[in-house]
Amino acid sequence: MTAPLVLGIESSCDETGVGLVRGTELLANQVASSVELHARFGGVVPEVASRAHLEAMRPALERACEDAGVDLSEVDAIAVTAGPGLVSALVVGVATAKALAVALNKPLYGVNHLVGHVAVDVLDHGPLPSPAIALLVSGGHTSLLRVDDIATPVRELGSTIDDAAGEAYDKVARLLGLPYPGGPVIDKAAAEGNPRAIAFPRGLTASKDLVKHRFDFSFSGLKTAVARWVETRRRDGEDVPIADVAASFQEAVCDVLTAKAVAACQAEGVGDLLIGGGVAANSRLRALLEERTKAAGIRLRRPRPGLCTDNGAMIAVVGGAALVAGVRPSSLDIGVDSGLPVSRIVV
Amino acid sequence: MSESDSGLWLGIDTSTSVSVALARPGHVLASRSVTATNVHVEQLMPLVKDVMAESGHVLADLAGVVVGIGPGPFTGLRVGIVTAQTLAYVLDVPVRGVCSLDVVALSVAATKPGRGFTVVSDARRKELYWATYDLAGHRVGGPHVTYPEDVPTGLVVGPAADLYDLAGERHVVALDPGIVASSPERLPDLGTEPLYLRRPDAQVATSVKTVLTGRRP
Ligand SMILES: [Zn+2]
Repeated sequence: MTAPLVLGIESSCDETGVGLVRGTELLANQVASSVELHARFGGVVPEVASRAHLEAMRPALERACEDAGVDLSEVDAIAVTAGPGLVSALVVGVATAKALAVALNKPLYGVNHLVGHVAVDVLDHGPLPSPAIALLVSGGHTSLLRVDDIATPVRELGSTIDDAAGEAYDKVARLLGLPYPGGPVIDKAAAEGNPRAIAFPRGLTASKDLVKHRFDFSFSGLKTAVARWVETRRRDGEDVPIADVAASFQEAVCDVLTAKAVAACQAEGVGDLLIGGGVAANSRLRALLEERTKAAGIRLRRPRPGLCTDNGAMIAVVGGAALVAGVRPSSLDIGVDSGLPVSRIVV
Repeated sequence: MSESDSGLWLGIDTSTSVSVALARPGHVLASRSVTATNVHVEQLMPLVKDVMAESGHVLADLAGVVVGIGPGPFTGLRVGIVTAQTLAYVLDVPVRGVCSLDVVALSVAATKPGRGFTVVSDARRKELYWATYDLAGHRVGGPHVTYPEDVPTGLVVGPAADLYDLAGERHVVALDPGIVASSPERLPDLGTEPLYLRRPDAQVATSVKTVLTGRRP
């Protein structure tokens, strides 16, 4: 029996994604981003993102089918992000998925976006190691998860208690007069700077914080420390060395992310680390992860950058895994859940 | 007669509540509404299934889909529109978009009001969506979004007619999805872009707030 053909829809933030996946084979991955529309606001504006989803959805569907060379009638199941994410954005995807499921008379799976980030690597590197630790870092999330199998509940070991890592990048970029989104521009500026020029704080790494927040993250204090440092220089009439600030900030973020990810693997006795989310494309994070996982004897898996950012294929993978595992499809009256816990894979 | 003249049309409107009907031109076969205003994504497809089941038809029988494009609260509005677009795409049938206030106007015109009137619906934030109509139900002004005091006096009808203390004669008239589905000749096709009438709420990023406190040393 061939693996089921699943269509996955993603609309939880500023990316409209439609993917077609058969088992571990990626057939189409159409993503329309509204990131440019948010640039002048310095962050994602939910209403702007939601309007863009409505405009992009049908063209993305058509192009995905074209790319895959499949007819919608061949699809075995429809999967869609049911949360977490922005409510007004999520509903566009869920409404689309329900219409597809009813019109095609196929099962509907409302799935967890975070699990999608974990699962997508099967398209690049085959079945996931079991168990594995996953580090998800993006503008919307910063989490460490323990994954035993895509279709069984995922356990959250820790997450950010304030800003997501990507948000901290956006805010620091703005502070330095760099454009939105901050991730790529800070990464680029940092390449010319000295990561040890300024000793910025590493959030939740002091021994007293580790008691309660061993695998949690905090980037709000770091962001404020950078702001204070930059403002003090400006106030004193001195130049702000943008490259050094960017490099030192990035070093602080990546140091904490990688240290906690490796510590989580060791604490759980797990030999495989997966990374996902938009920040997984960051060059310093990748380099430091490679260095530290190698030193600790941990295998590192990272999907290609186009699969790290939000997309429909990752949602299709979760739907396919649920279908194969015999998970009951979602009911037709499901809503969306902006705070869907990662322990719920299918709603 | 073309297929669209005699065929089966599904009508959807999510500009206020969630409303669905199945009809042939001039003849409604089944109709359903849910009045709660925050269950659009939950209830729309179950209602579509209900009207199909009640009439003994399947979606493949449809000649087309008509959807109300508002004005109305955005999140719910988009649920209806993307659903209509997707159904039409999968079934390979046309999709038409109609002004939701025009739909209410048609049912008011059928009561022979004898004069022109204004249709109002709730725009939240202490504002109303409204448009003006002649006695035959043809739109002559709007749609607009304004504070209630800027709505013309006279005969005021629609889902939000009693929401504020408006001058003149007022009658609450809900949107009838049967009219959406059964009146292809009388409701102009406006395309499926929502009638937002408002820009997204968003602040353009300006200066960064200071984090320095206390006086300069
Ligand atoms: Zn994501």
